[in-house]
Amino acid sequence: MARARVYVTLKKSVFDPQGKTIHDALLSLGYSGVTDVRQGKFFEVELDGLPAEKARATAEEIARKVLSNPVIESFRVEVEG
Amino acid sequence: MKVGVVVFPGSNCDHDTYHALKHVCGQEAQFVWHKDSDLRGLDAVVLPGGFAYGDYLRTGAIARFSPVMRAVTEFAGQGGTVLGICNGFQILQEAGLLPGAMLRNRTVKFLSQPVHVRVERDDTAATAGISVGTVLTMPIAHGEGNFYVADDELERLEQAGQVVFRYTTKDGRLSDEANPNGSLHAIAGVCNRERNVVGLMPHPERASEPELGSADGRRILEALVASLVRA
Repeated sequence: MARARVYVTLKKSVFDPQGKTIHDALLSLGYSGVTDVRQGKFFEVELDGLPAEKARATAEEIARKVLSNPVIESFRVEVEG
Repeated sequence: MKVGVVVFPGSNCDHDTYHALKHVCGQEAQFVWHKDSDLRGLDAVVLPGGFAYGDYLRTGAIARFSPVMRAVTEFAGQGGTVLGICNGFQILQEAGLLPGAMLRNRTVKFLSQPVHVRVERDDTAATAGISVGTVLTMPIAHGEGNFYVADDELERLEQAGQVVFRYTTKDGRLSDEANPNGSLHAIAGVCNRERNVVGLMPHPERASEPELGSADGRRILEALVASLVRA
């Protein structure tokens, strides 16, 4: 059993209204050292019966085709097992 | 003319859209279930607003993999007229039939309010016969309507005349206050290069009779019908 962790984040050039709101809230709570917050998504994908290399390729394909939208997001995949 | 209104699990403007097409515009309308993959006999397809598949993952992200979307993609590729309203617009973006993507509104609030949009093109399936510069008043109701596309693609869209509607003031002027959600270039609606697929965030079906406060949206639905008569 391989487990893939997929991190989907907004591209750097894309404004993140939710991250901005969280940042503002943190500042109002007194966390003055916080300079920026970006919100993203995290997925754990379990893959059965695949060698690690194939599991990575499959997870990357899933991340590219479904879990992220290339217009606004980028992704990173980690595979273990 | 026979217009299909696609019903996804979570669509909630399907009946309003059906009503506006059938009873207001007097067209033959029928529902198309998201598991159907046969659009034969239809002259146009409308993807209505709502929250298809609960907007899980991203708005429209799951809906685009429905069997009906393969058929809609094929239909559009053959020149068929396709209109996406609100969530329907988002689904068409996810499916790659329309450019750009929707970010969360810049206010991070769900916005339900009337807006004014200026018609920028009169050569699309949804605006044929409506003079460029006409200002239409229709409601929006969305949390993710903040149109985004990379700078170079935005420039290309403008050059190609694919921006169909822009948020403006009542008298048709661009202003930051008139842009409710932070959309780039105040974009409220776009079309594909071939101009047969159009998407917009405001709801024409909710502004199709005077009793609803505005009948401006009817002009878009009538334009859709007229474009079919000509085709």
